[in-house]
Amino acid sequence: MLLEVKNLSTEFKLKRGIVKAVDNISFTIDKGEILAIVGESGSGKSVTSLSIMGLLQKPGRIANGEILFKSQDLNKMSKKELKKIRGNNISMIFQEPMTSLNPVWRIKDQIMESIMTHMQISKKEALARTIEMLDTVGIPSAAQRANDFPHQMSGGMRQRVMTAMALACEPELLIADEPTTALDVTIQAQILELLYRMREKFNMAVLLITHDLGVVSEAADRVIVMYCGKIVEEADVRSLFERPLHPYTVGLLQSIPQIDDDSDERLYMIKGMVPNPLNMPSGCAFSDRCDHSMERCTKEIPELKEMSGRKVRCFLYESESITCGGIGATSASVGAMEGGLAIK
Amino acid sequence: MNEVLMDIQNLSKHFIIDTNFFGKPVTALKAVDGVSFTINKTEAFGLVGESGCGKTTLGKILVNLYRPTNGKILFEGKDLTVLNEEKRRSYCKDIQMIFQDPYASLNPRMTIGDIIAEPIVINNLLPKNQVEERVIYLLNCVGLARHQRNRYPHEFSGGQRQRVGIARALAVEPKLIVCDEPVSALDVSIQAQVLNLLSDLKEEFGLTYLFIAHGLNVVKHISDRVGVMYLGKLVEIAPKKELYANPMHPYTQALLSAIPVINPANKKERIILQGDVPSPINPPAGCRFCSRCFKELDECKHNEPVFKEVSPGHFVACHLYK
Amino acid sequence: MKTKDSSVPNENLLQAAEYVEKPESQLKVMWETLRQNKAAVVGLIIIAFLVLIALTVWLSELMGKQILPYDPNYSDMGKAFIHPNSTHWFGTDQLGRDIFSRILDGTKISLFVGVAAVAISLTVGVILGAIAGYRGGKTDTVIMRVMDMMLAIPSILLAIAFMAALGKGLDKAIIAIGLVSIPEYARIVRGSILSVKENDFVQAAKVIGNKSSRIIYKHILPNVISVIVVRATLGISSAVLDTAALGFLGLGVQPPFAEWGDMLGRARGFIFTAPYTLIFPGIAITITVLAFNLLGDGLRDAIDPKSRIK
Repeated sequence: MLLEVKNLSTEFKLKRGIVKAVDNISFTIDKGEILAIVGESGSGKSVTSLSIMGLLQKPGRIANGEILFKSQDLNKMSKKELKKIRGNNISMIFQEPMTSLNPVWRIKDQIMESIMTHMQISKKEALARTIEMLDTVGIPSAAQRANDFPHQMSGGMRQRVMTAMALACEPELLIADEPTTALDVTIQAQILELLYRMREKFNMAVLLITHDLGVVSEAADRVIVMYCGKIVEEADVRSLFERPLHPYTVGLLQSIPQIDDDSDERLYMIKGMVPNPLNMPSGCAFSDRCDHSMERCTKEIPELKEMSGRKVRCFLYESESITCGGIGATSASVGAMEGGLAIK
Repeated sequence: MNEVLMDIQNLSKHFIIDTNFFGKPVTALKAVDGVSFTINKTEAFGLVGESGCGKTTLGKILVNLYRPTNGKILFEGKDLTVLNEEKRRSYCKDIQMIFQDPYASLNPRMTIGDIIAEPIVINNLLPKNQVEERVIYLLNCVGLARHQRNRYPHEFSGGQRQRVGIARALAVEPKLIVCDEPVSALDVSIQAQVLNLLSDLKEEFGLTYLFIAHGLNVVKHISDRVGVMYLGKLVEIAPKKELYANPMHPYTQALLSAIPVINPANKKERIILQGDVPSPINPPAGCRFCSRCFKELDECKHNEPVFKEVSPGHFVACHLYK
Repeated sequence: MKTKDSSVPNENLLQAAEYVEKPESQLKVMWETLRQNKAAVVGLIIIAFLVLIALTVWLSELMGKQILPYDPNYSDMGKAFIHPNSTHWFGTDQLGRDIFSRILDGTKISLFVGVAAVAISLTVGVILGAIAGYRGGKTDTVIMRVMDMMLAIPSILLAIAFMAALGKGLDKAIIAIGLVSIPEYARIVRGSILSVKENDFVQAAKVIGNKSSRIIYKHILPNVISVIVVRATLGISSAVLDTAALGFLGLGVQPPFAEWGDMLGRARGFIFTAPYTLIFPGIAITITVLAFNLLGDGLRDAIDPKSRIK
């Protein structure tokens, strides 16, 4: 086990109250595994990644929980220790490759700096390694492009540079926060393929944060679905897409336009919108948007329940007998889901 | 049914990047370069392409945000490009736009009601005492409540703001609405709501859409015909079913294949395009796609392919199809 | 009351809510934030106090009543250079005039000049900046190059040059000070308009058929007004300072009227023998300028949404 997050809660103290952006979540990542966290805006997926990296900004703070990286609690480390781990053992790539690179530095200088702060090697070796990494991530004529400034490169190129920078120190864990969102579809495919290849090559684990179920199905081994700061479902990628359990997951999958669905019917839609974090429904956070909402759902919050290798937080699966049937819509949705895709 | 509403002929827009000492253009960015197609009444025409392909520029030319460098726009038979600014403005009523970013497209200092009322007021469409009633009607059409007209945009979520943008476009009873990636900034569960709303409104008001998107998946649901753009040129146009079943241009094939499949058990063979889109300032000679094409022929480097009808209603610009 | 919106609204509930929910105005939010800034509140209180003095003095003058302890312009050479005491709080000047009365009287002129000069530069500057920013191209180049030329000359020198052309006098001073700070407003307005202009809502306004003048007036200016308000507040303080400087040089208000800078200028020969003739007008200028600066800074924080989150 490489990373173990135990009962993590992250809060934001605002004037009008406390927002629990991440509410008591636990998960693990193994070596060489790609774990995806999916959710819409406000689900707490990005706050989770920032909490792990220790990059939370005020008024956010970790209220509770442990973040064990190879059995060391990152949350209890000093800033100096954390800095050493960050970049050396854990790297991060962000959504916006434009703002994550320093515009007045050459590409090679930025990568070399990060290599030399974490590895004890000479300048010459660092340069050689920089060019090698740029080559690995698929930048043509890497030795020349290394002299470019960020603005001379396209979005896809910049994301490659970011990836090269993140991978330069051979991290054991890569946190990728929406790495493809700002990119075009054909470039998206390139970057996903790159992540996949790098995982094979360096046997690193990846925590992939995304809102795009298409990306998840392409790249991930295991998936966590988050809604309003809580994990609502966790499963390996195949079972999740073949038989989603939580009504939210089912709804998400169904509301995506299908590429090989020729009917002109209306798209399925989840009604309403994500509740205001300062004014959450008393029971299950999804209860007011759920098609299967029962009276109980509006009063109690269901537990995240483990069943046959996967987890789900829903009263529909309280007794084992129901699990076999699942939600009526589930089986019907499987057919429609094939060949689906995600928009954005 | 197949009555033409808008006929776009050889439309170009070149942005001048650099001029010489005498003010003559030296380098120009050819954002849209000789595009021709028609939009029929009450159809939804999907326009797809990656960023920088000129699809948004094209949309903005149609709503008079840019003046075209070249070409004609025949709207119900009248050429809009020869009109002066004032006469051109009178056509605003007929051609409206829904913007991509619902956070930037509403004036933060105006209430929702004022935003929707504004097009009615400045075009003198209704006497003053009927405006409010109309605003309430429009709010209902897009699924918002009447009391919300007194609120400001920042009090609304992205999906609700996009509804306001739609109501504003509907206010002048336009014939054509240019939808510029109207759902790409929204959450997945909200995208479906807005797409459904757009289809419902199209039915109800007999609207015509030019639906711009960067992925083939979104336009699939709403469009009747789809055009694919690459570097300022149309490379393929076909009726929806035909295009998805039988994509001809290698770029269309790659776009279709790049869409992630939502079923890990059913992973398909991917066409992964090499490299990036070339700069529109200095596009490749010959076919513009040849630098990334996986079916490249010799002549692609030198001769620009002609955009021609290969089968009924299916146009493509590629040397593979003679 | 229903607090959450769903896409299928319950019409009855919503109509009831209509009378309960009122939009929170931007100004109210600004005021709330400003109130928490102690320095800005102090500035505001001082300004209110100064305005009160100026109005009282002005009104009493109009009605022909004397509410100041002494006639500020009445000189009595026999009473020259009296040190501050219980009858003349701030002492008397070289002509035997009561300094306390003159300072109170001067408030009126300083505030009036500040506001009037800012009004001139604001009006012209906003119009020029708006046209330059919105039109762009050659119009922009011509307007902004002229502004740059004005900015290249130190403002007080330029003001003196204007005074030389226009002649002495309070009204001329106001015009000179107003003209001199036009470029600052033009630049600020142009900059804000350039950034607001790129927003989709401005394009949307064009698409629905707005004319350019209406787009500027209705869609762009309301979004840059806060920047202008802040700049104007700070502008009043520099106008007060410029008036004092012109007065000190003897170019502003003509005798015998009391003006702080003029008082300073005329008393500068007595700095060692009668320092109080300089100290009190100096303090008056400092307090006024400081008050407007504190308020201006507070306003700037209040309109900046980033600092509002705190």
